[in-house]
Amino acid sequence: MVNGASPQGQPVFRVENVNIYYGNFKAVRDVSMTIPKNQVTAFIGPSGCGKSTILRCLNRLNDLIASFRLEGKITYHDKNIYDPDIDPVEVRRKIGMVFQKPNPFPKSIYDNVVYGARVINYKGDLDELVERSLRRAALWDEVKDKLKQSGFSLSGGQQQRLCIARTIAVEPEVVLMDEPCSALDPISTLKVEELMHELKANYTIVIVTHNMQQATRVADMTAFFNAEATPKGGKVGHLVEFDLTKNIFGSPKQQATMDYVSGRFG
Amino acid sequence: MTPSTALPERRSRSPQERLIDRLFVRTTLVLAVLTGVLLAFIILVIAWRSLPAVQAFGLNFITGSAWNPVPGREEFGVFPMLYGTLVSSIIALLIAVPLGLGTAIFLSEDFIPSQPRLVISFLVELLAAIPSVVYGLWGIFVLIPLIQPVARWLHANLGWIPLFGTEPVGPGMLPASLVLAIMILPIMTAIAKDSLAALPPELRQASMGLGATRWWTIFRVLIPAAISGIVGGTMLGLGRALGETMAATMLIGNANQFQWSLLAPANTIASLLANQFPEARGIQVSALMYAAVLLMLMTLIVNILAEVIVNRLKAKYE
Repeated sequence: MVNGASPQGQPVFRVENVNIYYGNFKAVRDVSMTIPKNQVTAFIGPSGCGKSTILRCLNRLNDLIASFRLEGKITYHDKNIYDPDIDPVEVRRKIGMVFQKPNPFPKSIYDNVVYGARVINYKGDLDELVERSLRRAALWDEVKDKLKQSGFSLSGGQQQRLCIARTIAVEPEVVLMDEPCSALDPISTLKVEELMHELKANYTIVIVTHNMQQATRVADMTAFFNAEATPKGGKVGHLVEFDLTKNIFGSPKQQATMDYVSGRFG
Repeated sequence: MTPSTALPERRSRSPQERLIDRLFVRTTLVLAVLTGVLLAFIILVIAWRSLPAVQAFGLNFITGSAWNPVPGREEFGVFPMLYGTLVSSIIALLIAVPLGLGTAIFLSEDFIPSQPRLVISFLVELLAAIPSVVYGLWGIFVLIPLIQPVARWLHANLGWIPLFGTEPVGPGMLPASLVLAIMILPIMTAIAKDSLAALPPELRQASMGLGATRWWTIFRVLIPAAISGIVGGTMLGLGRALGETMAATMLIGNANQFQWSLLAPANTIASLLANQFPEARGIQVSALMYAAVLLMLMTLIVNILAEVIVNRLKAKYE
């Protein structure tokens, strides 16, 4: 793997020689990378390249899949989150996640935002938490008069910002975003992207995106993943290149990266 | 010249084809109307035949406890049977809801591999395939002897509570309710399991992603999201319990008098009808029809309630 300019800032995650399997099927091979603090890191690549799989390993959400198995090491502040004595529930409380499809709970807007706080038995003022989180997610002005209404009453873009508010309400250090704008219209996408710029000051953001323009707009660092065919007919993903976004899109060192960012495949 | 873009004329379809279309619509219409007419016919005839009893006994029929078919001194009241129907069904629900919901949760999660899970689901659903008369037989010869020591203990130690105030004699409200619970379990479990399994996986991921445990996720997100299905299944179970006849008749003891004690013999409306119709004549037939109307009303109310609750919950959560 090629790691160009060293990431700026201190590292949050170190991914070391990670192989990922689903049953006997190898989905991702040999990924190593360092994800910096208070930056936006984008994962790009064609379908099946393992970018979402890697993302979901960062907060152990892949543990929900029974056949999932990981070799190698992922450290979060120098602690291996796959150590047997680490509780995945604790990991997820520090590392939040926003999903591809907006997935509010079938509850009121208010109850959606305070869900995580109730999980950790938060003792502070919930009303204040709701306002603060919704303001940060740039949704407060649109929903402040209807907090008791169902989260489903909002538009798709508003639902996604509600999900972001719900995620940041528990004050995670890292927010993982799995194609957060792929189900949104362009205006909502813009709002979420602006939000990422603002959230960067307080959070480390890792985003998977299919949209290369989005990566150039929001990301400081970009990782390009690619899929290669295996002799058995499957696909195994791997990391091709990880560098400053401007280098990945301006002067990539690998031919495959060049071909992908210039739109020759993918 | 005709432009090539013109639609083919309507007449270009053969007359036979159009005739078949029309016939098909008419046939389905007739079938649909027939079903409605059949329902109306059943209800009307029963209501009509109940009229003499309604005129003779009025609302005393509902509040009264006498059941005296002796000619000349006829007096009928179904309060004990109404009470027995409601209480046996409610006890059955109290037992079956936690059991069914627990089974549904277990079967919709991945605690065990999918193969044995499939076997368990199949077994639960097979419970519905047992004929009710077999449940009745099993209740008489297996369940009643089995719970007899428990019933005696309840009476000996908690006899001061009216619910356990009589000596257990065998058949009674308790064994009937237990068997009803087993009988309504499969439908409730199956519907609850399907509602839970139909939830989008994103809900679980969202909750787990926020650091919730599996149990928190189940109770705070998954069950509320599936609640309309779970309540719907429960109401179907309740409807079945209210109308269940054979097993109830065989187990409840058919005593037409009101008793607080669950250990005493009691009766349900369905079981009353099944027991009394062979010898009934005159006003007694009418009284049975009146009781049937009440039973239908009860199940109707349950169905309407189910609809209302499900819609309320949907409005709240969706």
